[in-house]
Amino acid sequence: MSASNELTAAHRNDLRAVAAMIVPASDEYKVPGADDPAIQADMLATMGRDTMLVRAALDHLARLAGKPLAELDAARRDTVAQEFRATGGAAAATLVRVVLQCYYRDDRVLRSLGIELRAPFPKGYTLEQGDWSLLDPVKARGGNLRPVP
Amino acid sequence: MNKHDPVDVLIIGAGASGAAVAWSLAETKMHILCLDQGGWMKPSEYPSVGRDWEARFYGEWSTSPNIRGRPEDYPINDDNSPIKVVNFNGVGGSTVMYTAHWPRLHPSDFRVKTLDGVADDWPINYDTLVPFFEENDRIMGVSGLSGDPRSPLTRPPMPPQPLGLSGPLIGKAMNKLGWHWWPSDTTVATTDYEGRARCINLGHCTPACAQGAKASTDITYWPQAIRAGVELRTHCRVREILTNEHGMASGVVYYDEQGVEQFQPAEVVIIACNGVGTPRLLLNSVSGRFPNGLANSSGLVGKNLMFHPYAQIYGFVKEPTDSNRAPPTCLWSKEFYDTDLSRGFVRGYGIQFTRGAGPVFEAVASEQKGILPWGADHHRVFRRLNGHRLAVSAICEDLPEEHNRVTLDPVLKDSHGIPAPKIDYTISANSRKMMDHGLARGREILEAAGATDICINDPIPWGGWHLLGTARMGTDPARSVVNEWGRSHDVKNLFIVDGSVFVTSGGVNPTSTIQAIALYVADQMKQRLANLFD
Repeated sequence: MSASNELTAAHRNDLRAVAAMIVPASDEYKVPGADDPAIQADMLATMGRDTMLVRAALDHLARLAGKPLAELDAARRDTVAQEFRATGGAAAATLVRVVLQCYYRDDRVLRSLGIELRAPFPKGYTLEQGDWSLLDPVKARGGNLRPVP
Repeated sequence: MNKHDPVDVLIIGAGASGAAVAWSLAETKMHILCLDQGGWMKPSEYPSVGRDWEARFYGEWSTSPNIRGRPEDYPINDDNSPIKVVNFNGVGGSTVMYTAHWPRLHPSDFRVKTLDGVADDWPINYDTLVPFFEENDRIMGVSGLSGDPRSPLTRPPMPPQPLGLSGPLIGKAMNKLGWHWWPSDTTVATTDYEGRARCINLGHCTPACAQGAKASTDITYWPQAIRAGVELRTHCRVREILTNEHGMASGVVYYDEQGVEQFQPAEVVIIACNGVGTPRLLLNSVSGRFPNGLANSSGLVGKNLMFHPYAQIYGFVKEPTDSNRAPPTCLWSKEFYDTDLSRGFVRGYGIQFTRGAGPVFEAVASEQKGILPWGADHHRVFRRLNGHRLAVSAICEDLPEEHNRVTLDPVLKDSHGIPAPKIDYTISANSRKMMDHGLARGREILEAAGATDICINDPIPWGGWHLLGTARMGTDPARSVVNEWGRSHDVKNLFIVDGSVFVTSGGVNPTSTIQAIALYVADQMKQRLANLFD
């Protein structure tokens, strides 16, 4: 039996399968799925404090599926997935969040979204001033603070 | 237990109010020591320096101490509250991790009983605090646009944040409805300011600013206070305040960084631990003379806890918004700030507008709300949502109710074995109506902006930023914990300067007012040094 902070091979297989269900690959947008090996490796490497809840979520998923998720037919897999999300509570939410937070920092995905491949610091971003004349009606209306006796 | 040499003034907590009071008292040249349970922050380790900046918000940079779980944090049992406490522990306190939104309470907020017949009036008024608001604005460094017709007059030393992409979308919608809006005063530096570099829009700056553009007291008050001679001792967690045979505070027992118990004697003790930490400390300071906790003859320590219930509504517009490429808050509205009984509730709320979200936050939040599907359609929907969010939050004035309270948890303890605070809180019927009103008006705003896929957070669950009222000020010792200048009614050398002393909460973020009160209390102390304990 593995330690509670580790994922077994079965866990990892199910994680890969459910990740692909959450975010499948897309030719249209030229992006990998969340089951992509690099994204999966990122999840496993950075799961850290989330591992216990992810493991609990995968155990819950395994109970619902009754066998490895990948071995279910598509219709049954969808049913299990819906039940998993509806009944999985904080553990399921954590698993989904781990999938999404690794997916949406992958270079290929960010490139597809038109997001620069860098940390915010130190370059930052430029914010345009915007149209300050929009305040003119507010100034014209005026107003007062509530009087205090 | 090790015993240190006595100090003149001992301040507990190096956050918003502790830093301000330390800086102000430094000119007295007294021996001033501040103890903080956390350490100095390292901007090079802040989230925005890494590609994983968003993921870190869910872990060690969570706003919730229970999730974050840093060694500096203490657990909080908030199971019996729909609003969870959020804070930050370390030098700078929650100013390290706040939105830098910088409104002041309005003059009418200090006269709630007189004007509306509910709660109580404050024993001080807005005009008393004006010089301290102004001094605080100068030191924290405020950006904004003077002349808001619906807010107290301010004179920000720096220009407002740009409107960006999101601001005009909100402004047009508000103009369509004929409702008030105005650029927020913020403590985000928009120009280089007294050693701080200007904002370069690192993104959502709530979990600390790597640029140092956002004012937190570790980079504003503390360097000045330390240069003026104040001693700041970090990683020192205070367990209790001791008293002597005269009923005066004699000092504090704390655990140092190695966990060794220490006694620090002091002539004056000032508590600046926020509206949860302060009552926790007082309630844990029991003795034969003070069996119900220190400074608690009124029985009000820990009671009257006020959050600001946040009713948030958001949607998605066709136009791009600023997303994560700007400070999160940029505009406010005071359209519904004052009492209008035709709305079905007393008092009112401010509105704060949020520019958008980063891609990870958007994906996680939208999946949880059920608007971002699993499967093949995920990509199309995500591209419609991401970078198109606008949010409206009604920050509702909570009125004091004694059953909303902080007590000591009988089981849960921190890493030093000190009882954790326990929160019992319910949203009142008045606040509930106010939140409903705010959500309905927010929906009108979003619809005027052309938003769809509208979702609500009602309340924002991890929205317990503002911790107020648990050691209220007043002139009647039976109905308040401290007097009108922050001194305990019961213990003549014990002062409180944080949000605990608020009598009512107003409908705006309170940090500006908390710090103004801390400066005011310090000023009162300085004026009364010769007879401080009379």
